[in-house]
Order: sequence, then C-alpha cells, then structure tokens
Amino acid sequence: MKDIKCECGHVNPHGTVLCEACGKVFDEQSKDKSLLDMRYEGSARRSQTYNKSIVDKIWNFFSSVKVGVWLIVITLVASAAGTILPQEMYIPPTMPAEEYYEDQYGWFGKLYYELGFNNLYSSWWYLVLIAMIGISLVICSLDRVVPLYKALKAQRVTRHEGFLKRQRLFGTSENVIEQDIAGVRERLKAKRYHIREENGDLLAEKGRFSRWGPYVNHVGLIVFLIGGMLRFVPGMYIDKVLWLREGETKVVPETDGQYYVANEKFILENYDKERDKTFEAAIDRAGMVVKNYQTNAVLYKRVGPAIPGEKPELKKVKEHAIRVNQPLKFEKFALYQVDYKLDELNTMFFSLTNKSSGKTFGDIKINLYDPKPKYDLGNGYQVEVLSFFPDFEFAESGEPTTKSRIPNNPAFVFKMTSPEAPNGETSFVAIQQTIEPLGDNQYKMAFKGIETKNVTALTVRKDLTIWIIMLGGILFMIGVIQGAYWNHRRIWVQHKNGEIWIAAHTNKNWYGLKREIESVLANTKINIPIDQIESQKVDKEGV
Amino acid sequence: MVTISSNLLYISFVLYLVATLFFGGAIKAKKDIGEKKGTNRWGKIAVFLTIVGFISQVGYFITRWIAAGHAPVSNLFEFTTFFGMCLVGAFIVIYFIYRTPLLGLFTMPVAILVIAYASMFPRDISPLIPALQSDWLHIHVTTAALGEAILAISFAAGLIYLVKVIDQSKASKRTFWLEAVMFGLVTTLGFVLVSTLFSAMDYKAEFNWIDKNNQVATIEYTMPAITGPHEGELLTKDKFEPLVEMPAIINGKKMNSVIWSFIGGFILYGLLRLILRKRISAALQPLVKNINLDFVDEISYRSVLIGFPVFTLGALIFAMIWAQIAWTRFWGWDPKEVWALVTWLFYAAFLHLRLSKGWHGEKSAWLAVIGFVIIMFNLVAVNLVIAGLHSYAG
Repeated sequence: MKDIKCECGHVNPHGTVLCEACGKVFDEQSKDKSLLDMRYEGSARRSQTYNKSIVDKIWNFFSSVKVGVWLIVITLVASAAGTILPQEMYIPPTMPAEEYYEDQYGWFGKLYYELGFNNLYSSWWYLVLIAMIGISLVICSLDRVVPLYKALKAQRVTRHEGFLKRQRLFGTSENVIEQDIAGVRERLKAKRYHIREENGDLLAEKGRFSRWGPYVNHVGLIVFLIGGMLRFVPGMYIDKVLWLREGETKVVPETDGQYYVANEKFILENYDKERDKTFEAAIDRAGMVVKNYQTNAVLYKRVGPAIPGEKPELKKVKEHAIRVNQPLKFEKFALYQVDYKLDELNTMFFSLTNKSSGKTFGDIKINLYDPKPKYDLGNGYQVEVLSFFPDFEFAESGEPTTKSRIPNNPAFVFKMTSPEAPNGETSFVAIQQTIEPLGDNQYKMAFKGIETKNVTALTVRKDLTIWIIMLGGILFMIGVIQGAYWNHRRIWVQHKNGEIWIAAHTNKNWYGLKREIESVLANTKINIPIDQIESQKVDKEGV
Repeated sequence: MVTISSNLLYISFVLYLVATLFFGGAIKAKKDIGEKKGTNRWGKIAVFLTIVGFISQVGYFITRWIAAGHAPVSNLFEFTTFFGMCLVGAFIVIYFIYRTPLLGLFTMPVAILVIAYASMFPRDISPLIPALQSDWLHIHVTTAALGEAILAISFAAGLIYLVKVIDQSKASKRTFWLEAVMFGLVTTLGFVLVSTLFSAMDYKAEFNWIDKNNQVATIEYTMPAITGPHEGELLTKDKFEPLVEMPAIINGKKMNSVIWSFIGGFILYGLLRLILRKRISAALQPLVKNINLDFVDEISYRSVLIGFPVFTLGALIFAMIWAQIAWTRFWGWDPKEVWALVTWLFYAAFLHLRLSKGWHGEKSAWLAVIGFVIIMFNLVAVNLVIAGLHSYAG
C-alpha cells in the first residue's frame, strides 16, 4: 500500500482518485470522462480501497449508501405494516390479544398476530433493523468524513488543468485585463467568499461548513439512538400507573417511599353549548365533548425514616391541579392525568329491618374498601359480616367468589342477631338479590343507599434519557439545516496558457451558483463559464 | 366573525382559481420562456392574484382564530385548509426564487383541490379536547403542515418534469403511472363534486345496523348507499336501498364515499378523455415544452432540501415534545406518528439516493410523486381509516 506522490509534490494516501492538493486525476478510468465525479473530492475512502479481511468486508457493507438506503426502505415498509391493525398496546383490555385479533379481524387478524405484528415495534427483528441503521450511520460517516476533511484541508489554490477543465462549470477567456480580475475578487469578497491567492491564481470558497452538515446530523441520530437504548438500563425509565380515589393518599411508586400523593378531587367537565356558543354546532354533532380532566392533587414528602407498619409523617410539598398537558413535576418525576373512573361504589348503607312489621332497628354504613367485621346496633341488635365479595360472581363450582378487589358488584353474607333470634339469622345479600340459605328469616338487611367516589389514574413517569434524546434531536436539526440551507461553493480563477480559466463547483443548487457567477463577472471581459452538462444535452438534441 | 372568516376563505378560493387561469395564459402567451426571461404580463397578474388570495386566506385564518379562541388547525377541515394555504405560501416563496409561472400552473390546482377537499368535512368550529389544549397545538401543527407543503412543491415540480420527459407517443409503464397520478387528482375532484351534489340535494338516509360488537347502531348516509352497513335496515323512506352489504368490520359509509368518488372520477376522466382525445398528461405536454428539465429538477430537489428540515422539526421534534407533555411519552407508535416517521424515512432515502447514487431527473421526479402520495396518505387515510390518537378529526 503505497502513498501516491503527485507531480505537484503532494503526497496522497493510497486509493486517492484526485490529488488532494491540485486535483490531478490519478484514476485511469476516470481520465476519459469529460466531467469529474467530485463526490468526497475524489479522496481515498477506506471502503473503496481495501477489501481483503473480514473487517474490510463488514466495513464495506455498512459504508455503502446502497445498503443504507435499503435499510431505510425496509424499516419504512415494516413500520407502515405495523399500522394496518392496531398494536397490542392500543387494543381494549377486554380479552386476550390472541383472541382479540381473530375475533375482530378474522383470518387476517389471526395471521397478523401469528406473525408477531401485534408487537411489531418491539420485535427483535425491528430492533435489529434499527441497530443496523445505527451501525450504518457510524461507518458511512467515518468512511467519508475523515478523507473529505483531509482533502478539503489539503487543497491548493492552483489546480491541475485536467481538474479545471472537467468541472461542470468551466470557461476560458483571452485578453483579460488585470483590473477585471481585481474587480472580480472584490465582488467575490462582497459576496462573502473566502479568497486565497497563489501566483496570481485565485480560489474563492464559501460555505465549506455545510459539507459537515450530514455528519453532524448523523451524530445527532446516533446520540438519539443511544438515548433510546438507555431506556433499557434499570433506573433510567419509569412507567407506572397509580389509581387514586378521592380522599386517598398513596405512596408514589419508585420514589423509595419518599413521596406521597393525595387525590382531593377528580373533575370531569364537558363543554356546555349554552355557555360556549361558538361550538354549538360541533357539540350537537359530536354529542358530548370533554373540556377538562383534572385531579386536584397534593404532593407530600415523608419526614423522618420509614418505619414499617407505622403511618409515615408527611409534609406538604405542593398542590397542583393535574390536567392533560399540565403534569405535576417534582425532582425527576412527573405525574400525568391519563385515565379515570367515575362514580365507583365506595360505601353502602343498610338498615336492619323486621320483615313482617317493617320496623327498623338501626342503620349500618359499610366502607367497601374496609368493612368492619361487626356492627353493634345496641339493645341486643347486631350485624356481623361473615363474608364479603367485592366483585361477586359464582365460581364454576357454584360457590360464590370475587373476581377482583374492586367493589364493582359487592355481595355480603350477614349474620343478624336480634332478641327474637339470639343465635343469629344468615342472609346472603347482593345487588337486587337476597338469599336466605337457612330457611325463612324474621329480619332482613334493607338496602338504603350508596355513596360513590371518582377515581383518577395518574401515570408516574421518570425518564432520564430525555436529555440525551433532546441533545440528539438538536444536533440532528443543526446538522440538517447546516447541510440543507447552505451550499459549499468554490470558484477558481486561474492563469493557464496565457488565458484566464474559470471553473466552479458547488455541492448543490447549481442555479444559485450560476446566478452568482453571472453577477460577479458582469461588466468584465471574462466569459461566463458554461454548464457542461447542459451543453452536452444540447449537443445531443442538436444531432 | 365566523361569517367574515368563511367569506375570506371563499374569496381566496375564487382568486386561486382565477390565478390558475392566468398562469395558463402566461404559458400560452409566451413564445419563449427561457428560465431567465422572467414573467410576462399574464404571469404578473397571476402572481398578484395568488398573493391577494393568500392574504385573504391568512385573513380567514386570523379571523377564525379569533372566533374560536384557538388556532384553526384542530380538525380535518381546518388542518387541510391550512395545508392548502401553506402550499400557496411555499409556492409564492419559491416563485420569487425561480420566477417560473409554469410551477404556478401545476401547484395552484393542487392547492385548490386540497382546499376543496377540506371543505367536504364538517366546517363547524370545534372545541378543543383536553389533549389539544396546549400552545404546542399551533407550534406543532403549523410547522408540520408547512414542511409538508414545501415537500409538496417538489411534487408539482416532479410532475412538470414527468409530463415533459415521458414519451406520450406510445403507451408504456411510465405513461400508465403518470396517468394514474392524473387520475388520482381527477378522482379527488370527483369526490368534491359528488359530495357537493348530494349535499345540495340534501340527501339523507338513516340506517339501523349491527356493528362488530353485535350492537345495534344507527348511521346516516349522505350519499345513496351502494355499500350498505352490516345487516342494515333503511329507516328513511323513498331512499336508495343498498346494492351490497358490507361485513361489520368495514365501514360501509366510508366505503360508499370511496366508491362514489371513483364513479365521479371515472365519469370526469372519461369526459376529459373524450374532449381531449388523448391522455391528460399528453394534453398537458405542450404547456411544458419550453421548460428546462434541469431547472425543474433543481426546483424539485431544492423544495425537498428546504422542506425536509422543516418537516423534521414540525412533524417529529415538536411532535415529540408535545407528546411528552400531553401523552406522557415522546413516542408511542400511534399510526400518525408512524406515518410521520415513514414520510421522514422516505425523504431521507430520497436525499441519499440523490446525493450518492445520482438519482437525478426522472427517477428523482418519480420519488417526489411517491413522497406526496405518502403525505396525502398520512393526511387522509390515517385520519379516516386507521383509528388512533390523532383521529379526533373525522
């Protein structure tokens, strides 16, 4: 692997196509072409130079833009496929996913589920695709940015004839007076070109930094992907849901018992078409439109050490109305309004009643989250709660049982003691139904009423990766703007064979460059360089 | 205020129509439109009308904002209209860079179609649901729409390129697909005309039907039912009985609108073919004969370059910031999010193909067309067909 020494004296690394300093063409093949391929300045890219070892092969695979584009396209198609049917996280929790897809979408749903498309974005192969894009980003960028940087740094003002001739914009002029060149230089300066001179030759350059845009944005993307990966590091990311009844105070999960939050009140407001006249038509069409979901929350901090079994001593930190778009934030945590349940059963009232006379002997109030075992009504009257089923159903065996601990359908087995029945009468009481398993009772538990409470659901979120993700996003934006909104333009004005040669190159927006050259060369004897791509086409069409 | 607002929108719509005619005149009247020759009198009038129309539409936007108390980008009508406005705005900016009236002749009809399409949706000012009550509503939505509009300019330029470059003397895959794009545009017009026709006739037919959870529901058709709802029973008298019944998982009403749009599209397209006696693209070809292909290619590429960062900022970065605030996470694989990502990946692929694989000219023009199809899919299908967090619009 020998370095190449150019006739201009510059030593180029092995694999160079165009001399970094003067632009002389080394590559025999491209000598015949009428225009140079100016991508990456014809610099020596590792991927184009070595292909022996396995490392070379892997490097070459990932440094190929073709591979990169294929990865992008495959990811694109896969992502789109994941939206054909809803992802598992968005289906209603009424039945297992396995059944849901077939039930709702037939054989196609079943296939979708069996292919694992119900969790497509967390499937191993999707993650592999993303990882490959990440690798491709790193290798592609390194393969190009290092030689490109060296080449642009090493470039000299005076260029080889073959280099100038084969630029897309090129023109020659005879009998140019030096005054014209001086004028051109001044005008280029006024257009913010950076000008270098050597033996009367001139190189005007601007916007070189835009060449780094793609690499900056790729770094941004890599930072972003690293941020995404960090989510899987324990402690970086917390996603918990906390259900909280009105009046309840609970410890905030994952805060080591440091923080407690209380739900003072949950509010659900709808738009009122009388008050919000502007929206009348829309409300009529939609029926009901929610205006606000709100939890009046109080955040507490524990004082002193946590002692198991003892009630913690709490100090109020702040009050905050948690609404959608207005989470409660503390330390690295945020509590978001995400769900609610209105009018959950909370308390039931019964009165002990004599069935024949209708006389009552006292009321009892049962907290469905904490029923007492026994309610003494005095004068020999007493009610015992033998069993409590908060969410009652009959099990397959026929035994009464409870589905959950949420009092959706409470049922009780009461033992009622009275002077008439000192040993107690047993009664099974559920909503709209009473069973007296041991024969006719004299007394019953007459249903008196209920009390309900609203329940709010708050998402507890901590995401320490956000800052890295944001940094990645900012870097990406800087890079993409740098690359897209600026152009790297170079104009060479050189003395060759007693003529003035002008050649120009830009990485994009040739139209803009041409207009700029026209205005710079206006009112001089220098000919405006011609666009060799266009003139080729005109030639062809002419024939 | 609401009336002023709708009138301003109406005025701008009419002005855009007239401006398009003048753009056409500018092309016809000009014998030699080299890129440097500038614009003739017709073209100047057309640009002037476009700008006045744009100002009028900005007026619509501001007055509606005042009336609603929030930026009018909160439902499908408002968003799509705004998208049309951005398209015109982006065209005006690009016009002043490149000074080519031909771009107007292709961009303005697209903008008109977009706005006409928008007005087929309920135009009531809708109240904001809690998730939308944030300043990020206008920041995110307007930036995203602007980015998409700039990208759409590349579609218009790509279309000009294809109309010019594709040989219309014999049928080929290329003529077919270009014609398919034209047909798509005509079908959009078909949808607008058919909907307007039936709403002018005040057609309403109510059905009882069984939804996929076996519940009885009612649905109101505003077009004669070709595809009826699942086990539908017509309640309104003297209305058209459905020809075909749809299974429960397919929305018979939406399917019906799609079929009617195609019927409208086919009739319109058929009429056009009868009048023109050749493909639409072939009929358009003489209009573009004087334009320089490289020049159009460059406009198309530059629109992508300018639009891509704006799109990324609006549709991904601002979207993520807001999602973090409103939905607790910056990314949740909601269909709209995914399709924004798909659009972004697509244009990323476009730029890489162009920069490194040298996909200039025709290939690049086809990509610009596909990109626009993806944007439209995200705007229309994702809102109407694929349900998700973003479908408060329908």
